[in-house]
Amino acid sequence: MIEFQWDWDFAWEVLPLLLDACKITLQATVLGSLLAIVIGLLLALLRRSKWKAVRYSAYWWMEFVRSTPLLVQIYFLYYVAPEWGLNLSPMVTGVLALGMHYGAYLSEVFRSGIDGVDKGQWEASIALNLSPYHTYRDVILPQALRAMIPATGNYIIAMFKETPQLSAITLLEMLQLAKIMGSENFRYLEPFTLVGLIYLVLSLIASAGIRQAERRFPKEGFTLS
Amino acid sequence: MPLNEIFSVLAEGALVTIQLVAMALPLATAMAFISGLLRLSEHRALRWLAAIYVEFFRGTSALIQLYWIYFVLPFFGISIDAITAGVVALGLNIGAYGSEVVRGGLLSVDRGQTEAAIALNFSPRQRLWRIIMPQALVGMMPPFGNLAIELVKATSLVSLITIADLTYRAKSLADMTLQVEEIFGLVLVFYFVMAQVLTLAIRALEKHLGKGMDRGGLA
Repeated sequence: MIEFQWDWDFAWEVLPLLLDACKITLQATVLGSLLAIVIGLLLALLRRSKWKAVRYSAYWWMEFVRSTPLLVQIYFLYYVAPEWGLNLSPMVTGVLALGMHYGAYLSEVFRSGIDGVDKGQWEASIALNLSPYHTYRDVILPQALRAMIPATGNYIIAMFKETPQLSAITLLEMLQLAKIMGSENFRYLEPFTLVGLIYLVLSLIASAGIRQAERRFPKEGFTLS
Repeated sequence: MPLNEIFSVLAEGALVTIQLVAMALPLATAMAFISGLLRLSEHRALRWLAAIYVEFFRGTSALIQLYWIYFVLPFFGISIDAITAGVVALGLNIGAYGSEVVRGGLLSVDRGQTEAAIALNFSPRQRLWRIIMPQALVGMMPPFGNLAIELVKATSLVSLITIADLTYRAKSLADMTLQVEEIFGLVLVFYFVMAQVLTLAIRALEKHLGKGMDRGGLA
């Protein structure tokens, strides 16, 4: 067995490349989160629909997406979309998969956030003759927001930690790059450890950020101007 | 390739997935309880040790942990086969999330129960295992159920270290036959069914544990 020790020279050589690839990881996370928020909101609203069939379809869609692996969903999109005439790049596939997967999780967060808003607010909106759009945008969602922030933030961090799975469809994010560096130099210790540490540091910072955001938000008494 | 042949190849893969879950679940449960209890220990060093384990495994990504165990450990002279690497990585990862569930569950039991147990002269050990834990377990079941499903989903990652699980077989079958819609569609259904069965099992367990308990023991 070879004597194996941490090689600082190699680590310093790999680190800048990894940080560069981190941009791809962050890009996928940010775009995926935006899509997940849109899909989550849409599903949450569909689950409040007048029609039973719409409510049920939205529920089972959420249940199905949440109980199947992200990796298989990524493969599905990557291999099946071309059959339907859509040639998607790994990045677009990844963003779509992350957005759909976490949109299902977020819909549950948004739904309970909306349900948590006092019934009187709905009644007041009807009394003021607000359209459904304005009721949601100006009255309900701003008040539901505080309850939604911590859980939404945690799911976005979870999404961030699942981006390495996009390496399976050849997206050159941090883990994929680390794997290439490792196999070229036959040294996996430094690249994989560094990627793990980058994830650890970023997710600890993000968790602290969420706690801060939560604290800053007023507990009650929104002034809606 | 006819659909029934695809089905039988995938079913074999599903068996491997089920085996992985069956091996990783006990490890995850053990890690969750050990570290969850240590986080409530009187000794600061033990609390810190458990906290480091939890933060480390929750803060880094599951796939990176898997790669680290599979690709890096052999260089330290610890040769490990793919299945063991998969079970260890998944068990430690899900166990770290479970640790928080155990801790939260124990803390959510009403303080009056501890006080009553002390008043009745129960030893600390009896207090934990006879009074607090049975009540806490009921409340832990729903989040444990979610984690069990996360575990089933996470087993798909081991396909990336060449274990012939459900996902791995689907991928190689798709590369071979190009019947991607049928294959990946079927695989999603396979995972969905496994998750539903697991959910039902855990709900039954929750009901069983909650038998004879007022309000499920949660204050």
